[in-house]
Formats: sequence, structure tokens, C-alpha cells
Amino acid sequence: MQSLQISHYTLTSALGRGVAAHWEALQNERSGLRACDFDTCDLPAWIGRVDGVEDEKLNGAWSAHDGRNNRLAHIGLQQDGFAEAVLAARERYGAERIGVFLGTSTSGIYQTELAFRHRVPETGELPADFTYRHSQNCYSVGDFVRGYLGLQGPALVVSTACSSSAKVFATASRYIASGLCDAAVVGGVDSLCLTTLYGFSSLQLVSPQPCRPADVDRNGISIGEAAGFALLEKAQDAEAIQLLGYGESSDAYHMSSPDPEGKGAALAMQQALDKAGLNPQDIGYVNLHGTATPANDLSEGRAVAHIFGDDVPCSSTKGWTGHALGAAGITETVICALAVEHGFLPRSLNTTRLDPDIPNRILMESLNSPIEAALTNSFGFGGSNCSLVIGRRRGGAA
Amino acid sequence: MSEMMIGVKAIGMAAPGLPSWAEAQAVLRGESPYHAEELPRYAPSLLPSNERRRTTPVGRLAFQSAEEAIGVVNGEASHLASVFASSGGDTDIVCKICTALATEERLVSPTNFHNSVHNAAAGYWSIATGSHGASTSLSAYDGSYVAGLLEAAVLALGEDVDVLLVGYDVQVSEPLHDKRPIDDPFTSALILTADIENAPWRLRLSLSHEGDETVMENAALEALRQNNPSARALPLLQVLAAPQGGAVSLPGVDGLYLNIQIERAQD
Repeated sequence: MQSLQISHYTLTSALGRGVAAHWEALQNERSGLRACDFDTCDLPAWIGRVDGVEDEKLNGAWSAHDGRNNRLAHIGLQQDGFAEAVLAARERYGAERIGVFLGTSTSGIYQTELAFRHRVPETGELPADFTYRHSQNCYSVGDFVRGYLGLQGPALVVSTACSSSAKVFATASRYIASGLCDAAVVGGVDSLCLTTLYGFSSLQLVSPQPCRPADVDRNGISIGEAAGFALLEKAQDAEAIQLLGYGESSDAYHMSSPDPEGKGAALAMQQALDKAGLNPQDIGYVNLHGTATPANDLSEGRAVAHIFGDDVPCSSTKGWTGHALGAAGITETVICALAVEHGFLPRSLNTTRLDPDIPNRILMESLNSPIEAALTNSFGFGGSNCSLVIGRRRGGAA
Repeated sequence: MSEMMIGVKAIGMAAPGLPSWAEAQAVLRGESPYHAEELPRYAPSLLPSNERRRTTPVGRLAFQSAEEAIGVVNGEASHLASVFASSGGDTDIVCKICTALATEERLVSPTNFHNSVHNAAAGYWSIATGSHGASTSLSAYDGSYVAGLLEAAVLALGEDVDVLLVGYDVQVSEPLHDKRPIDDPFTSALILTADIENAPWRLRLSLSHEGDETVMENAALEALRQNNPSARALPLLQVLAAPQGGAVSLPGVDGLYLNIQIERAQD
């Protein structure tokens, strides 16, 4: 495929606001997880919460969009000069030539949860100030980001659970290749809510401790939240980090459990390599989906070994950020971009005893090692899989 | 803006008074009167019984148009990529979960939770058809159908694979209905192909900032079109049902229109 330049990127997660905060946390072994202190949730869980979202209301023209998810989007857009970079691209291409393709799983459902807690006693109606369109509807964050950045190109929000903000890179590639736009703002925003905390708990998938990917005693996820964005353009700068390939597949197995053999996962990884025109040995680091549930890490491990053998350095970074669900894809794409840029491969944080049944070279210590390309996996409920290859194109732009 | 050509191989639909594409065509051509009769409960034939029990009205609605379209191209379902476009997904489940979360016990049903994802219908579809292909579930509020059609077209053209596009939205129940007043279910399905030479219909798609949104002449169908975001597909379906081609303009996200010229292959 025609690779796309990732001209600018930014990430806000439990590790902090902006790329530098993430780099600092990875260098200093600082996890973003804490015992659950979200809303009135009393579950025994650890979460990756972004500090201060509660206090940063959207005002003025954006007050109708106010809510945790769009606040997090707004905070994310302010970091790393991202909004300014998009405005400069808008000058170059024109507002109508830049698409907006974002991922979320639960959008602004937290506002709906609050509205249901405050129904009008006599009638059962939801409070007058609750707007469905600008909070819970999946497209709310797409509408906010497109409007806030003054863009007028095509836009949509992908919602395929935990693969959402990886799949938007594939969508943007196809839109740009087809000539529907010249550049795209991609990424994802997902924020803490009671639906996911109690929902994943009902499936017994939440760990009472900080999550431990690939550990023999792993017992579930730690839910996080994040907002991350990238500006994609046709490759011009040979030194820029690029999206080299993407792969998408379906498990066709079960709604909430992965195929134990990881067949769909392997398909996505192979397709991403094929699109990139790379061999497995060209990949220097695999950022695993690695949710730290017993089923995911085993099936993914088998799929990774099937494609890569047992030698490629691998880690899940969920122990650092928590599982940002619909924002996991962009979170880990940014971590892969950092890995390529700095030659730094982060370790599997919180993992103490490796599961001997997982046939991968899991990084127990972070590694300084220059790499050309990294692959990141994002898998979601409904058996939705997406793999991305991020790196530099050897010999310059393809 | 650039133009895209895409073929349509098969069509399915379901809405009150339009229970299938086979039955809807005469109504859309104006040959039969439109009576908005309630859709009978649909039992998806492709789902195994244990999965059928777990699907919700939203999933069954999506399956209704998808299964009709698939019936036309018998046997190809597992090779198709898919795009599932819905403005709101499963608002009933959202209401159930939020009601549960407003109680002291906060007991969320695990089945409700896994059915709450926007890609639930797509997940059931891949299980039912054994399809390992790419599948995208998306929303663009009232522009969801256009976003789905564009996503399906660039997927078919870019990956050279036939793509099932399903647009679907169900009626919203109280208390959320007050905030999102959708009264009737609507779904349609197209199978899109890059092989335009052999397709019975060809669509020429172009995005524009200027458009004259096509409306339905029949007042009841126009009310349906305006009420349910997935029913924004109605003008396109009407021309697909016509003996000759035509042109329509469908609304996308704020300020964008998708202009579509429809050509029918010569028999």
C-alpha cells in the first residue's frame, strides 16, 4: 500500500498529558494505574484515570458537547501543538479536504448514566439539560473534533469496541487513496464510565489488582481512558514515522471470548505485514493487545508465535496505561511511534512470573534497541481485530 | 471532488409496510399504495438457536435486510467484508444498563453488556456466516447512512472485495425517546462490488458541499425518511426500484451531501 506519513501525534492517558509525559513515565517506570476512585464505583478494581477531567468543563460554543468524553477529547487536542498542526494543514489543503475518523466504544454514555440517576420523579423523564446527540451518540466526539478544528471533510466514528481507534487508520488510508480527502485526523477517545466498570465485572474480566499482562497469575483487565490523535498525510518526509500497513479481520467465533487458536488475530497481523510489504523479521517490536485476561493473552500469544516465531520482542503496555478500550488502538500506536523514534521498547509492567504457556519473548525489562518498524494489535468484542504496522520506510518514501 | 463508481449486486430492506425488498419495489415505484403496517417479529435463519436467543431487536433488524440481500447471491456470505452503519445502535440495551446502574445494586447483565457494543450486529453476522473478513461498525448521527455507503465503497474499491452494507436503526423507547424520537425501525442492505461490469446497478458517487437533499413524494414515506436516520436511504432505494436509473442527493455529516447517479445495466 501507499504508506501514510504520521505528521503529528499526541496522547493523553493515565500516564499524563502529551507525548513527553508518556516518554518520561516509560523512562521512569511510572504506572498510571490507581485503586478505583471513579464516581461512586465501589468495585475492587484498578483504573487508569486522567487527572482533572472532572474540572475542565466545555464552555461557550461547545457547552452543549460538555461531558467526560468530549472534555477528554478537548484536553487531548491541546497537547503537543496538535490543534495548531491541524490548522496549518487546513491552510495547505483546505478544510473540506481533511477527513475526521475517530474511534470510541462507549462515547458519552457516562452522561446518560448520570441522567438516569436524575430522572424527574413525577414523570420519569430524563433531565432537561441532557442532550443525547452531543453526549451518548457515538458520533458526538467526531462532531466535536470536526467542529472544534474547523474541518469540513468527510467524518465518521468507528465503534468496534476495543479495535475502534486502530481501525480508523485503515478507514483513513482508503479515503485518502480514493481521493475523498488529502489528509485525515484519526484517533480515538474513550472515557471512564460505570457501564464498562460494572459490565466487564459482570463478565468477571476485571482484576482486583493492577493488571498483569502475560503473567501466570493474571486475572483480568484494569480499565483506563485516553484521548489520542494523529494527522495522516501522503508520505513526503522520508524521516517521518509512517503507517506502513494495516490488517483487519473478524474472529467469527464468540461475542466476548477470543478464538483460542487466534486465527482471526493471525489473519490481521499477516494482512498488515502484506500491506506493508514486510516480512515478520522486519518487525522489531510487537505491542500486544495484552489485556491481561487469561483467554486473550494466551490466544494472542499463539497467534503472534504463528506469524513471528518466538523471538520478536513483545509487550503489552496495559500495565502502564490501563485498557483504554476504544482508545487503546491510538494509545498503543503512539507508543509504537515512540518506540521507533527512540529505539526504546517498553517492558510488560506488573508482570512478575511469565505464563509458560505463552510462547512469546515478553519483555520483562525495557530494552534500548533501534528498530525500523513495530506492529500493534487491537482486538475487540464481537471478534473485531485490527493490526497496524508503524515505522520508517527503508530507502525513503515508497 | 473526485468521483467513484461502484456496482450493486443485491438489495434487501425492511421497514413498516415495506417488509422486504421484494415487496417494497412496487410501493417505491408508486404501483402499490403504502400502508405503514408494523413489521412482524423476524427470526434470523442464519443464526444458530443459542445465538438467536441472545440477539436483540436491533440485531434481528440488521439480519432481516442482510439475509434478504445474501439470499440473492447465495453462498457468498463468508467471503464478504461488511459495514454496519447505525446512528444509535442498541438504545434499548443502553436504557436497560443505565436503569440498572441507577439502582443501589448496579447489577449489569453480562449478556446485555456484550450486546451493548455498537458492533454487536456485526459480531453476530460474522459468527452466523463464518466470515473472517474486515468489518466496520460506524455512526455519523443523521449522516450515518452516507458514511456507511462511503466506507463500504472505499472498502470494496480499495481492497477489491465485495462488501455487505447494512444500515439499521430501531425505534427508541422511553425515557430516551424524548431525547431521540425515532418511532419506527428501518433497515436496508446493499452488496457492493468493484466489478461494475457485471453488476445489475452502477452507482456514481461524488461528495459535495452543495446538494439538494432528495425527498420522497409520498408523505408517509417522507415522514419515515425524516424520522429514522437509516431511512435516509429511501430515495436511493426508490431509484434502484425504478426501471430506469436516476439521481439522488443524500445528507452526510453537517454540510456534506453524497450525490449519486444510478445506472441500471442493460438486460
